Amino acid sequence: MPLPLVLCLILAMLAAGPLVTPVAGRSWAGGALYGLCLAVSGLLLVAGLLGLAAAGAGTAPQLVRLPLGVPWIGAGFRLDGLSAFFLIVVNFAAAAASLFALGYGRHELAPRRVLPFYPVFLAGMNLVVLANDAYSFLFSWELMSVASWFLVMAHNHDPANRRAGYVYLIMAALSTQMLLVTFGLLSDFGSHLDFEAIRTAHPPVEIARLVVLAAVIGVGAKAGLVPLHVWLPLAHPAAPSHVSALMSGVMTKVAIYGLVRILFDLLGPPEWTWGAGILFIGGVTAVMGVLYALMQHDLKRLLAYHTVENIGIIAIGIGLALAFRANGFGLGAALALTAALFHVLNHSLFKSLLFFGAGAVLTATGKRDLDHLGGLIRGMPITAFCFLMGSAAISALPPLNGFVSEWLALQAILISPELPQWVLKFLVPMVGAGLALSAALAAACFVKAFGIAFLGRARTVAAERARETDRCSQAAMLALVAACVLAGVLPGMVVDALAPVVTLLVGFHMPTQSSEPWLTLVATTPERSSYNGLVLMVFIAVSALVAVYGIHGLASRRRRRAGAWDCGYPETSPATQYTAASFAQPIRRVFASVVFSARESVDMPVPGDLRPARLTLTLRDPVWAVLYRPVVETVDTAAGMVSRARTLSIRQHLSLVYAVLILLLVVLALWQ
Amino acid sequence: MPVAHGLAFDVAHMLAGGMVTVSFMLLFQDRLFALIQFIALHALVLTLALGWQAWLQDAEHLYAAAALALVFKATLIPWVLHRLVRRLRIERAVETVVGAGMTMLFGICLVGLAVVVMLPLAAKSPLMWEDLSFALAVVMLGLLIMITRRNAVGQIIGFLSVDNGMMLAAAGAHGMPFLIDLSIAFSALVALIVFGIFLSHIFKHFDSVDVHTLDRFRGDQP
Repeated sequence: MPLPLVLCLILAMLAAGPLVTPVAGRSWAGGALYGLCLAVSGLLLVAGLLGLAAAGAGTAPQLVRLPLGVPWIGAGFRLDGLSAFFLIVVNFAAAAASLFALGYGRHELAPRRVLPFYPVFLAGMNLVVLANDAYSFLFSWELMSVASWFLVMAHNHDPANRRAGYVYLIMAALSTQMLLVTFGLLSDFGSHLDFEAIRTAHPPVEIARLVVLAAVIGVGAKAGLVPLHVWLPLAHPAAPSHVSALMSGVMTKVAIYGLVRILFDLLGPPEWTWGAGILFIGGVTAVMGVLYALMQHDLKRLLAYHTVENIGIIAIGIGLALAFRANGFGLGAALALTAALFHVLNHSLFKSLLFFGAGAVLTATGKRDLDHLGGLIRGMPITAFCFLMGSAAISALPPLNGFVSEWLALQAILISPELPQWVLKFLVPMVGAGLALSAALAAACFVKAFGIAFLGRARTVAAERARETDRCSQAAMLALVAACVLAGVLPGMVVDALAPVVTLLVGFHMPTQSSEPWLTLVATTPERSSYNGLVLMVFIAVSALVAVYGIHGLASRRRRRAGAWDCGYPETSPATQYTAASFAQPIRRVFASVVFSARESVDMPVPGDLRPARLTLTLRDPVWAVLYRPVVETVDTAAGMVSRARTLSIRQHLSLVYAVLILLLVVLALWQ
Repeated sequence: MPVAHGLAFDVAHMLAGGMVTVSFMLLFQDRLFALIQFIALHALVLTLALGWQAWLQDAEHLYAAAALALVFKATLIPWVLHRLVRRLRIERAVETVVGAGMTMLFGICLVGLAVVVMLPLAAKSPLMWEDLSFALAVVMLGLLIMITRRNAVGQIIGFLSVDNGMMLAAAGAHGMPFLIDLSIAFSALVALIVFGIFLSHIFKHFDSVDVHTLDRFRGDQP
């Protein structure tokens, strides 16, 4: 599909925002807008697939220059393999979100605050991955940030959402400022803003280090790398669920696109230290993200913290790829980068799916707190199935897609002992252990989320009366489940599709998978390691069917219902069930007492006293306490001093001005 | 434009220096009537300096500026201020100047600073350098008068001397349009009217022209 047509489609989406504003309150507006977004996203998805196919066939990237933006430079756009891959990631999830919103959007309380910004948000993300000069990139980036900020503030009657919006705004501003610095340094202080020129001009090594630092901060603040993740678990859950899905599943990926574009494409040859730094941050992010998630009992916030964890896993892949590339290990770099990009795709699929599930639960019950749910599998079987599949995928269980990308990342880690630097020799296995730990903890966390929300007995009336969500939402979730299964069972196809992208960035690609027998996935050589999702799925299916047949066919066909074992305690209130906090308690005692200084105290009344016993749990967020609180306090102090200057008398004001005047004159006298 | 050296230069130098001297007298003086008389003297020296520059540069508009300074600044404004002070019965109010000695020392430093700041001009045009550095000194001293006075009349005097310094600078810089001289004179008049109204009002409300009473009244102080 020609690039001008792609841009016209994005423009149509951009124009839909303002056009829908006057009619946003009407009942048909949501359906029409989401229908349009579904259609346009579908077309853009096709454009991405065709672009990737063209890149695979070795066609040169398409370039377009529009007479917009900065005079004499214009706005450049380019569709190469990397852009095409991210177009697919963005638009598959966007199409699914639009389909989901066709049903979900009908329950929206404030459609006038959501509808105008939704298409602008989608258009912004699409433009970021296509931009081919610094100005267009930053403009699209800001379009994406501002539109998503408005969507976060859609339900601004809740003070928590207003605070989330405030924190998000600050962090988004930081992100853009740092990217401005990045591109300022890359473009030699604005002398060549075009990416084509930046690509050929390699900055000196000190400048390149600064670029990496600024880019990691700028992108990290958007993607949610620890310790810049603080806005993410506040802002993502605050938006309507289909927007949460896009923010978590897609917007963070667009940020990753920025990092990959800058580090692998625009900047010159890497140093191994960059890889080590990103690897370390990625490892910390993965482990911290999942530990935070375990402590949560708000379903959407738990999912948002898992986004932090998954961004850490992607960063591990990127850091490894940089380290391998700096040492000239082309195949290792290709393997690590493939793992990172594969995980980008996977996370966009299963995180969107899980947020849709959370949205469906929210619509059906009005609750986000896990401790108010329970037993939803009876009322909402299809949502429960989809959420279960998403949970399995994000917990990296074979044969689903999450396993494949984490397996590839671990394969890349296993070849790292060949790296010459001692720092990396020690760091990479530690990060690998962190990756394995985070996968295990993620599984524990989703056993908690699914078990507390969907199994057991309903804890509230709302949960008991929950009914299945509408057809459109179900279709969106089932489509994502299908995509998760397909990417898990046929990973070779995805890896082959990624080959031209990886070749573009590191010059090498993984072994061609289509030549392997039986759809086997091979990381480096077949003798070393291989994985076959199809065989695994067939084995699971066959063994499960045999077990079912064995039990029902040979023993008894009758379905029996019996009371649950109540430990000899005849109280049958649903409140006696496990809660989210009690499920997480063992893990909290092991990890969180150190990381979050978690303290539990039990207030047990003496016999005869009628007040209830209480368990109080206090957690302290180390990132807020160490990094952000001092900044906030400094700003507060400075603001206090400025406000004291405001109440000075006239004469003191004059004296202040006079002192500044004299100071400037002295500077002038000394300077000349 | 022919610039005379020798005697012409010395006289211009003396008159501008005279303004700085009168500024120091203003800085030191703590009685209201004496202050008003000295500001009249300040304006008179300004008139002479303007007239001398006009004769040197053969510029008619500077004669007009000198005439304006003589009529308004040396006569009308001091007379109005004098009447005001007498009408408000504050002629016996003594200005509390914060540490006259320290203020004088600081003023001397300011004059030095003004001369140093204008130093790059010395190579281009010595006459202009002298004139502009003296003018800057007068402006800085005027501002110093404004911030060291508690009394509103003192602040007006400070403002007027800043204004005189600006006129001196305008006369010294050759080829400055007459419009600027006029606008400065006009702004001084407007300021006089505003200050006059302000003065009688604060006196009516607070029975004092000490601007501290305003601070206390402002309400945003604890």
